[in-house]
Amino acid sequence: MQPFQRLAATACPLPYANIDTDQLIPARFMKRSRAEGYGGYLLHDMRFSGDNVEISDFPLNRPRHRNAQILVARRNFGAGSSREAAVYALVDYGIRCVIAPSFGDIFASNSVNNGLLPARVDERDAETLIRLLEANDTMLIVDLMEQMISAGGLSVPFNIDPVWRMKLLNGWDDIDLTINQADAITRFRADDLSRRPWAVPRTAC
Amino acid sequence: MAQNPSGPRTLFDKLWDSHAIVTREDGQTLLWVDRHFVHEGSFHAFNKLRERGAKVAHPHLTFGIADHYVPTRRTGHGIDTAIQNMLDQLERNTSENGVMLFGLNDPRQGIVHVVGPEQGLTLPGLLIVCGDSHTSTHGAFGAWGFGIGASEVAHVLMTQTLWQRKPKRMRITVDGTLALGVGAKDIALSIIARIGADGAQGHAVEYAGSAIRALSMEGRLTLCNLSIEAGARCGMVAPDETTIAYLRNRPFAPARDDFERAAEDWLRLRTDENAKFDREIVLDASEIAPVVTWGVSPEDALPITTAVPDPESIPDSGRATQIRDALTYMDLKPGQKLTDIRIDRVFIGSCTNSRIEDLRAAAKVLSGRKAKVPGLVSPGSSLVKQQAEAEGLDQIFKEAGLEWVESGCSMCVGMNGDIVQPGERCASTTNRNFKGRQGPGARTHLMSPAMVAAAAVSGHLADVRPLIEERS
Ligand code: SF4
Repeated sequence: MQPFQRLAATACPLPYANIDTDQLIPARFMKRSRAEGYGGYLLHDMRFSGDNVEISDFPLNRPRHRNAQILVARRNFGAGSSREAAVYALVDYGIRCVIAPSFGDIFASNSVNNGLLPARVDERDAETLIRLLEANDTMLIVDLMEQMISAGGLSVPFNIDPVWRMKLLNGWDDIDLTINQADAITRFRADDLSRRPWAVPRTAC
Repeated sequence: MAQNPSGPRTLFDKLWDSHAIVTREDGQTLLWVDRHFVHEGSFHAFNKLRERGAKVAHPHLTFGIADHYVPTRRTGHGIDTAIQNMLDQLERNTSENGVMLFGLNDPRQGIVHVVGPEQGLTLPGLLIVCGDSHTSTHGAFGAWGFGIGASEVAHVLMTQTLWQRKPKRMRITVDGTLALGVGAKDIALSIIARIGADGAQGHAVEYAGSAIRALSMEGRLTLCNLSIEAGARCGMVAPDETTIAYLRNRPFAPARDDFERAAEDWLRLRTDENAKFDREIVLDASEIAPVVTWGVSPEDALPITTAVPDPESIPDSGRATQIRDALTYMDLKPGQKLTDIRIDRVFIGSCTNSRIEDLRAAAKVLSGRKAKVPGLVSPGSSLVKQQAEAEGLDQIFKEAGLEWVESGCSMCVGMNGDIVQPGERCASTTNRNFKGRQGPGARTHLMSPAMVAAAAVSGHLADVRPLIEERS
């Protein structure tokens, strides 16, 4: 996984709360293979009208925000389903960081597993950033080492779980960490079978 | 909040402790996973296994279920090739890995969160995961169920474990007695309306109180199912005699003496007196009315006796904008009475409300009445369907003018092609009223099965209570 340390890039404001995973990628696209890339489906029904015409005043469709790698949204971003496809759509579009006051838990965890930074900011700071990006600036610097977002003279701190921060900084994959624990898993398993014999499905014994 | 290891523990602490394999210095804990369900959408995870040349580590602890894409009309209709491909992929991925599959033609097929409990695969004290956010449903048994993404599904397939950080603990206590016509769905929507769709984020929720104890397993499943709509990591109810009675003689549950021994362990799974929660919420059951949603988030829920909110009277400008946007999408007017909202169709189904008790509640209202709008009734599993037919419920639905179809996720998510048409308004027993959830441009109002039945016979959102009273 690509490590995330510091990113200076175009940022796009999405001044909406509760952008759920059904909006991030509508269910009807999820039959497709990832190999084709999911970027085209990102926020599809917000970006395109019923007859597939771009909605010109949707923020991501504005020329100055089109190449965004950072999104700034309102509370509860990524609520809803566990579909990792929502993260694939963001990543395949080119987004590397989403800034919001709160995130759906499963979405946030999926993000980290794909090198996408979910940066949690104060609700007021999110509003400040949205206003700034609406007005003129389009660039933000997101520094994961310092846990700081900056633009021009403005600096805004953000929160992230320390474990997730380490994973992102190093581009770590959980599987590698788990394989080192093989002995502990075997020991746990043996004890557990005597502690909780009922935990094994009957017809599979 | 750190708990003293020898001090009083919550139910969640006990579940956590019994699954912790190792805890790293940074606080991340490796957990043992007892049950893993996979469905058609799990293909990303199986592809990850393939890339690594890995196999499923404990195939007998993983169960495959076809539900998200299954057609609900199985005769006389050709299956769309893309959908058939999803079903074939699941079949291939499970059989190549020695994983048991409840496939399309299995008589036990159904929605994963209905089939797990029904088969006794869901048991108290288990850690259960699935690549589906409504895995919180299984918490009804005092299990710890939560949804995971494809990377985590791949991790569980390869190792039967998962890294997690410990969530905070929240207790939601509902005391008192529910009024006639009010049920678990109304409790859940009332909670979400009160704390918000992100109100329980980062928390493991335990439901307690006399109104929760009085719920059947079906009701508890509905309640725990909707925990994720409050943003919770999981929701659970401590096992009691209701739980034990439900599980006795389930196919995959322990049998005979093993069951009795297990039941003793299960009944010990409860929060110790004086155990501390990070947050406590208390509701009075007698104050809960039948609830419907009017907007595009489950938090947009109100008692049926009230009106659509007016953004002009909301001081918080962010919230006012959100309401305005929701009203535009839903094509509603500020201040409009909820009972004046006309509907185009109804849907009874999904892992939230498609169990036998849900179908009975809807049938009771529909019996001898005609629906004024078309609608679909999709039982939660093939076994629920069989039972409903044995009780004659299918006849009631059909005579009311609704379509009685096979089980699957169906119009909850529209993946199988059962969708609400653009601009149409649907009274639905499902769990998400997100924009486009039931199809592009679809407008969804969430409510209980009895309330959907009331809406069906009225042609608009309606209070089910007078309709029930007329009968008794
Ligand atoms: S019925 Fe709906 S919520 Fe439940 S598992 Fe299926 S798609 Fe998910």
